[in-house]
Amino acid sequence: MSALDNLRETFRRDQVFDFMRQGTRPVLPGQLDSGTSKNILYLEDITVSFDGFKALNDLTMYIKTGELRCIIGPNGAGKSTMMDVITGKTRPDSGTCFFGQTLDLTRMSETDIATAGIGRKFQKPTVFPEHTAFENLELAMHGAKGPWHSLFTQLSGEQKNWIEETLYTVGLLEDRNKVAGLLSHGQKQWLEIGMVLMQKPQLLLVDEPIAGMTRQEVERTGELLQSLAGKHSVVVVEHDMEFIRSIASTVTVLHQGSVLAEGTMEQVQNDPKVIEVYLGE
Amino acid sequence: MRDSTFKSAFNDRTAKTFMGVLFGATLLVTVLNQLFPADSALHVSAYTVTLLGKYLCYALLALALDLVWGYCGILSLGHGAFFALGGYAMGMYLMRQIGDRGVYGNPELPDFMVFLNWSELPWYWHGFDQFWFAALMILLVPGLLAFVFGWLAFRSRVTGVYLSIITQALTYALMLAFFRNELGFGGNNGLTDFKDLLGFSLQSDTTRVGLLMATAVALAGAFVLCRWITGSKLGRVVLAVRDAESRARFVGYRTEHYKLWIFTLSAILAGIAGALYVPQVGIINPGEFSPLNSIELVVWVAVGGRATLYGAVIGAILVNYGKTVFTGIMPEAWLFALGGLFVAVTVFLPHGLVGLVSEKWDNIKSRFASGDKSPGSENAVEGDPS
Amino acid sequence: MGYRFGRMLTAMLVALLVSVSWAEEPLQDPTAPPRTTTQSSVDGIDIPPLTLQEIINRLTSRSFDKKEAAIRQLAKQDNPRVVPLLNALMNRELVHNRKDDTIALGLKKDGQWELRDPESRQVIGQVDSRAARPVIINNRLRTVINNQLALAALNDPDSDIRYQAAGQLIGNDDPEMLAALAARRHQESRPRVAAQIDTALNIAALHSDDRTTRLDAIDALAGNLHPEVKNALNTRLLAADSSQETQALEKAIARIETRIETFQTADTVFFGLSLGSVLLLAAIGLAITFGVMGVINMAHGELIMLGAYTTYVVQQLLPSSHEWSLLIAVPAAFLVSAFVGVLIERFVIRFLYGRPLETLLATFGVSLILQQAVRVIFSPLNRTVITPEWMSGALEINPVFSLTYNRLYIIFFALAVFLALLTLLKKTRLGLQVRAVSQNRATARGLGIRSERVNALTFGLGSGIAGVAGVALAQLTNVGPNLGQSYIIDSFMVVVFGGVGNLWGTLTAAFSLGIANKLLEPMAGAVLAKIVVLVFIILFIQRKPRGLFPQRGRAAEE
Repeated sequence: MSALDNLRETFRRDQVFDFMRQGTRPVLPGQLDSGTSKNILYLEDITVSFDGFKALNDLTMYIKTGELRCIIGPNGAGKSTMMDVITGKTRPDSGTCFFGQTLDLTRMSETDIATAGIGRKFQKPTVFPEHTAFENLELAMHGAKGPWHSLFTQLSGEQKNWIEETLYTVGLLEDRNKVAGLLSHGQKQWLEIGMVLMQKPQLLLVDEPIAGMTRQEVERTGELLQSLAGKHSVVVVEHDMEFIRSIASTVTVLHQGSVLAEGTMEQVQNDPKVIEVYLGE
Repeated sequence: MRDSTFKSAFNDRTAKTFMGVLFGATLLVTVLNQLFPADSALHVSAYTVTLLGKYLCYALLALALDLVWGYCGILSLGHGAFFALGGYAMGMYLMRQIGDRGVYGNPELPDFMVFLNWSELPWYWHGFDQFWFAALMILLVPGLLAFVFGWLAFRSRVTGVYLSIITQALTYALMLAFFRNELGFGGNNGLTDFKDLLGFSLQSDTTRVGLLMATAVALAGAFVLCRWITGSKLGRVVLAVRDAESRARFVGYRTEHYKLWIFTLSAILAGIAGALYVPQVGIINPGEFSPLNSIELVVWVAVGGRATLYGAVIGAILVNYGKTVFTGIMPEAWLFALGGLFVAVTVFLPHGLVGLVSEKWDNIKSRFASGDKSPGSENAVEGDPS
Repeated sequence: MGYRFGRMLTAMLVALLVSVSWAEEPLQDPTAPPRTTTQSSVDGIDIPPLTLQEIINRLTSRSFDKKEAAIRQLAKQDNPRVVPLLNALMNRELVHNRKDDTIALGLKKDGQWELRDPESRQVIGQVDSRAARPVIINNRLRTVINNQLALAALNDPDSDIRYQAAGQLIGNDDPEMLAALAARRHQESRPRVAAQIDTALNIAALHSDDRTTRLDAIDALAGNLHPEVKNALNTRLLAADSSQETQALEKAIARIETRIETFQTADTVFFGLSLGSVLLLAAIGLAITFGVMGVINMAHGELIMLGAYTTYVVQQLLPSSHEWSLLIAVPAAFLVSAFVGVLIERFVIRFLYGRPLETLLATFGVSLILQQAVRVIFSPLNRTVITPEWMSGALEINPVFSLTYNRLYIIFFALAVFLALLTLLKKTRLGLQVRAVSQNRATARGLGIRSERVNALTFGLGSGIAGVAGVALAQLTNVGPNLGQSYIIDSFMVVVFGGVGNLWGTLTAAFSLGIANKLLEPMAGAVLAKIVVLVFIILFIQRKPRGLFPQRGRAAEE
């Protein structure tokens, strides 16, 4: 970007200091309005570029309510950037991104998006390393999240039970008091999935969930993700074709920042464009 | 679960031990000063009383910094500014208390204003003749500055060293401003020649002892408050923000609110420390804003050990005691020692003295118990997701 | 690397020096007229010409009128001794020897006058301090002498002397002087001197009785920046006798004022550029260590200080060659600071990579140690570095606008250092390795780059440049233990404002902050200007946390 552009950007009159902008507080959690449509997430014509390189290029994609969607694509296809756009970490240069009918994700902060009902598990597991597994889940728990509230709050028996149930689900009940930084890589993955579950999200974004897991753990992850679909919408980004075949109904292939193909695993695998991308190079 | 309430924080063992040692020492000094005549071998001089009072003010300041740095990961290099602002608020009250006993005998205007040929009190000096107003300002001015500054900084996600550098710039700018006579705070000389506080002469031993005890109470109160906060869920969120801020955001916390909350509270504590400091040393001048002071404060906390609260207190007292001793014996060497301390602590003692002692203690325990060696490692920090 | 860089700097400085010493050669004016023989006949009667001694002996008279006549006559003599004698008279070095009632050159020595012959300058004897007395002159005589000196200088072969003489005669309304000026104007070939003479003649013409002459003179003087011109015009304005003339005068004065304002702005901008170049020098090393390596070096200011002290030490070691010691000081300062920088990297920072806050604290400790060490070694008092001849003085563009050489050179020097660094990073193998390591340490290591060595070298480079900055700063300010401290916050502001890791951003930021500071100063005062700039940057960082020229993309978000 040239100096002039930067200067222009700095002195844009419609966009003074952030804090002077009119509040764009979204609809509160629970007020997700998915309407009568069967879709929950709408990505339309999204473009993101870094220094001229287009990480996403006119990406258009819809996620249905209760669907389990897998996304594949070679490195640099824009999978992580897409998740960044959905969770508000990266702002698209152009395009729209709606959660339900009313929530414009491109104008919401990460926090607002999280409270609106989108949970994300990162590619590299990120947990709170100095907290125990139990505390990690407690911190992620759905509910009021203001500072004053957290100063005076006490954990109710009900909440405790819920945390323990989740600990059981992700197989960390025994390590509940272990500091998260000392868990194994696979355990951290599970813990992060548990944290996402504690958020009671409508939509789960799961980035490479099975990296570093044993065969057994992989199977359990697959089962878990499948059991979540239906109640929640789940988007999984994965490289492991076998894993995807075992869980996915619909697969989307990304290439150079836009959708290359979409359909069942079989359809996608036989698509000549996909074959060319994966094998041709 | 062990969510602390104010009551439980007051009752927990660490807080009790802390208060026991603190009040024990304070009482001992008081008794030795008040009950023994000046020529007795057991007498403690007023100088020592004030020195201890000063150390406790520094300890309170260090506690405030530990709260933001140790727990929230915000390395503020401008905490001296909040300390100085609290000090100036107190100094303004003390200045007004002088009344017509100043050199120029003007009942309304402090000496330096008469000297500058000012005819009336600037508007922001009004109200400082009332103690309650001054006390309110001691809390409000540093708090407000921290709130506005933090609001701007945390909203725009200024973090890490950037934040450190702009906090340093903040205190530097304030220092330059307070050096100006036109600002109406006594310029270079600051505020001094105080006579009395709430009617008690600042020169008398009783007042000095009283101030020491007040400082000890403030420190103890702040310690319990910090224990409460760090033991509550709020404390856990703050730690989470320190270790993995974007993860905290992605599970729905407005991390900027938490940082702002802690930063403001910490600034208020620093302001209180400054307000207690000024009547004991008898002067406040723009030098208190100097970036060096703020960064020296950081080393107290680093020496004691971060994120333990009592570590900060121990560090502040030890380093300042060292400073008193050093500057008495060989003043040139003090800056060498201080500089060496910075390097040594960061390179060899990342967890401070408290960390060192507890590590050794764990080693001894495990040797005797020959059980599982406690991992005790604190630096298994994962980076933010990127 | 250090060697190559040092050689580059040296070459550059030599080039500068050569061009300067060439400019200092007195310009021989081939068009200067030969001295005309002064007339030696009075009233058409030939009398034998008086000797110099005879003329100055007339100064023994008590009457100032007679002394004046003698001075005027002396000035008319065609003798190289005339000007020195007039100067001697001005300086009270021409004494009246009461014993033989003559005038001689006198110098007081041990309470006695040492007398010399006015022409041959040979010592002719010593007399008691009471036996001789300096020739007394009053203000009127002083003016006469000055005028006569100026007249003599007006025909000097050196155009600089002629220029000064003409300048001295501006505002003079003595008809003799004006005639001389007019005569000189016809022969003068140097536009600079001619313009100066024109100014003098036009100011005189303001008092002419002829209105057209006056109006022409006013027209010619419009926009002239000589301080006398504005005074003369204002004086004339009081005596103007027609509305046409008043208008013309007002217009001329208005034009002068606009031009003065323009040049004052230019002056401010120049000072801003100069401050900017100082900031650039101070910040550019930081831009490398902070921007490229991500290391916060709080001791950077002290490395600048070391550079300044190196300059001082080099000057002390070479007391006879102040003019050239800077050439040695630049590479020496680079090496000293670079060496200390490498030590800091090897013994402190190396253990703290990836922990920026700890690095900040540790290097701050180092800065305290360095400061105190300097205090112990050199004393806490400021040291003065002597500015070489070729760096003092100013390039005078016009009477209200001149560029001081030291600031001018520092601007060029800063730009040269900047370009050298840019080339180093862009074109050399080391630059490539530095950039590789800064972008992805692991990959770079995988490719066989010894990142440890690159780190140490990069840090040494950044520190060395800090030392070079110290050499430049030593020319502007006193050298003291706190020298570095006063620049460290500013330098950080520059780097952060410009965008970390972007050298061009650092350049832009340094100059814009420098100019902003100087533009604000007349309005708000120096301290307030500084505060305003600091507050602005604090707000700016909130708006754009990554500076003017942010790095984008995934790598920037770590």
